[in-house]
Amino acid sequence: MTTATATAAVATDAARARSRRRARRRYVRSALLFLSPWIIGFLVFTAWPLIYSAYLSLTDYDVINDPEFVGIANYARLLEDPKIALALGNTVIFTLLQVPLYVLVSLGLALLLDRAGRSAGFFRTVFFLPKMTPPVAVGVLFLLLFNGQSGLINTVLGWFGINGPAWTTDPAWVKPGLVLMSLWTVGASIIILLAALQSVPVELYESARIDGAGFWRQSLSVTLPMISPALFFIVVVNTIGGLQTFDEAYTAFFGSGNTTYSNDAALFYIIYLFQQAFEFLNMGYASAMAWVLFVVIMAITAVQLLLSRRLVYYEGEDPR
Amino acid sequence: MTQSLPERTVPLTGAVAAPAAMPPAAAGVALRPNRPPRRRRVGRAIAITALVVFAVIFAYPFVWLVSASFKPRGEVFDNKLIPDTFTLENYVQVWQEAPLALWLLNTLIVTVLAAVTVTISSAMVAWGFAYFRFRGRGVLFGLVLATMMLPGAVTMIPTFLIWNALGQVGTLTPMWAQNLFASAFYVFLMRQFMLGLPRELFDAARVDGASQWGVFWRIALPLSRPAIAVTLVFEVQAVWTDLMRALIYLRDASTYTIPRGLKSLVDSFGFGGEWHWEIIITASVIATFPMIIIFFIGQRQIIRGVSAGALKG
Repeated sequence: MTTATATAAVATDAARARSRRRARRRYVRSALLFLSPWIIGFLVFTAWPLIYSAYLSLTDYDVINDPEFVGIANYARLLEDPKIALALGNTVIFTLLQVPLYVLVSLGLALLLDRAGRSAGFFRTVFFLPKMTPPVAVGVLFLLLFNGQSGLINTVLGWFGINGPAWTTDPAWVKPGLVLMSLWTVGASIIILLAALQSVPVELYESARIDGAGFWRQSLSVTLPMISPALFFIVVVNTIGGLQTFDEAYTAFFGSGNTTYSNDAALFYIIYLFQQAFEFLNMGYASAMAWVLFVVIMAITAVQLLLSRRLVYYEGEDPR
Repeated sequence: MTQSLPERTVPLTGAVAAPAAMPPAAAGVALRPNRPPRRRRVGRAIAITALVVFAVIFAYPFVWLVSASFKPRGEVFDNKLIPDTFTLENYVQVWQEAPLALWLLNTLIVTVLAAVTVTISSAMVAWGFAYFRFRGRGVLFGLVLATMMLPGAVTMIPTFLIWNALGQVGTLTPMWAQNLFASAFYVFLMRQFMLGLPRELFDAARVDGASQWGVFWRIALPLSRPAIAVTLVFEVQAVWTDLMRALIYLRDASTYTIPRGLKSLVDSFGFGGEWHWEIIITASVIATFPMIIIFFIGQRQIIRGVSAGALKG
């Protein structure tokens, strides 16, 4: 009898374990069902394209004929293509001009907004609205406002006796002009920095003041470290964005029928990649270009992350 | 000193969430009651003066554009605030020169399909990450975040080849269909929000016999309305401004979306012999106007989404 109870107990135990396992399997299955859109999308539209573009970069492929394996010929060609050097140079200059100005302008305006009291909401709206403008329209505005003869910018410069350059045609001034125009859409960075500024605890300023710190000392020792994560975020995001700049410059300087404006000074890397892929159908070469950009962006982001360990102050971590 | 302070993310979310309840005019500005009053007043006067100057600079391109759209061809570049000759001719003409109504319709179709699909799929995935506990969840979510860093150029060509193989190039499908498979940023955004919902609610519903889908669809999703609103507004803006995809996939002018159509107007009226900038200017106003409306409808969501985006960094 005792053995019978024991076997029964074992049996129910086993049954319970089995049903628990089954419930667990059902649970994991529903979890996977919820994740399935992303899993499928990741496999089809991220993982496979990554692998396939790496493969394509080793081939000659024009979409119509099958890819023909050429080894590292595309990468060798990258080194010799003068337009690659040009496009890379343009892109780096643009990014190096844009990122610091972006940070300065957005920080300056965020600091002003932080002191504006109740009216800040109104000004924030005004500063953010340009961000809603379609980039094509921003490209149009660039051509109009920066026009060398009749543009508003040079008209205003003329009031101060400055003879403004031919922003849209002079190769030396095309990139500075595009950078200035891009500052118009600085709104998102302002909002991020304003949120960071407003999250600095007031007590920190108080204790700094008690310790005898003046305005500059407070800015350097309290404000700057506290908003450094937001500043770092803006630098990283805008660097990545700057290296991939396309819409505005493509609208203003490229496309069918556009021979009016000087093109070479505005030939950014993604524009050249786009041309190679979809205008000349050099899919293999364009894939090699894409992978080079991918590696460059990863490397720059990695360097920025390493630098951030020394320069960015994260709350709750040991500052040293 | 650092130990007594809350986590970095908390005050930031607070600063963003708090104005939600305030009227729009005062939104986003928490007063600092502890600043000495005299310096605050002087500082504020200087700040507001500077802000007015910058606000004029930021607003002026809009004003210029709208003003120019009401000027006849010869006066477009006179840079005058008020047109000497006020005319609606440009609006009539742009409607005749370009299939604007069709472009608006195409954009509307893509916008609705893109926004609805990306919201539902991303909410599902976000719920999968927020509610369920399984091995490998952290790694998988890390992968979601990592895909946000990926430059679009790397996947652009094979993605084109996929749609080409499916015979969809030239149709509107590639403009939105990838949204069926969720989007990393929105997954991140909605997961953060869902993590803040009270778990007991869902466990109780489960005990009462609700299915996993029922808990998501009837309880979690309705409660996540604020995060859904952010997603919708962001996606509407994304579609309305997407040029690259339209350049790659849309071939015939009858399938163009607004950004692609505007680009084609720049190409045909802005360069070469026939310069008709007034057409391009007017079309730019028409392309921008809906986004301004969207901004005023979704201002709170946009600002919340922009600030939340920074938190992932």
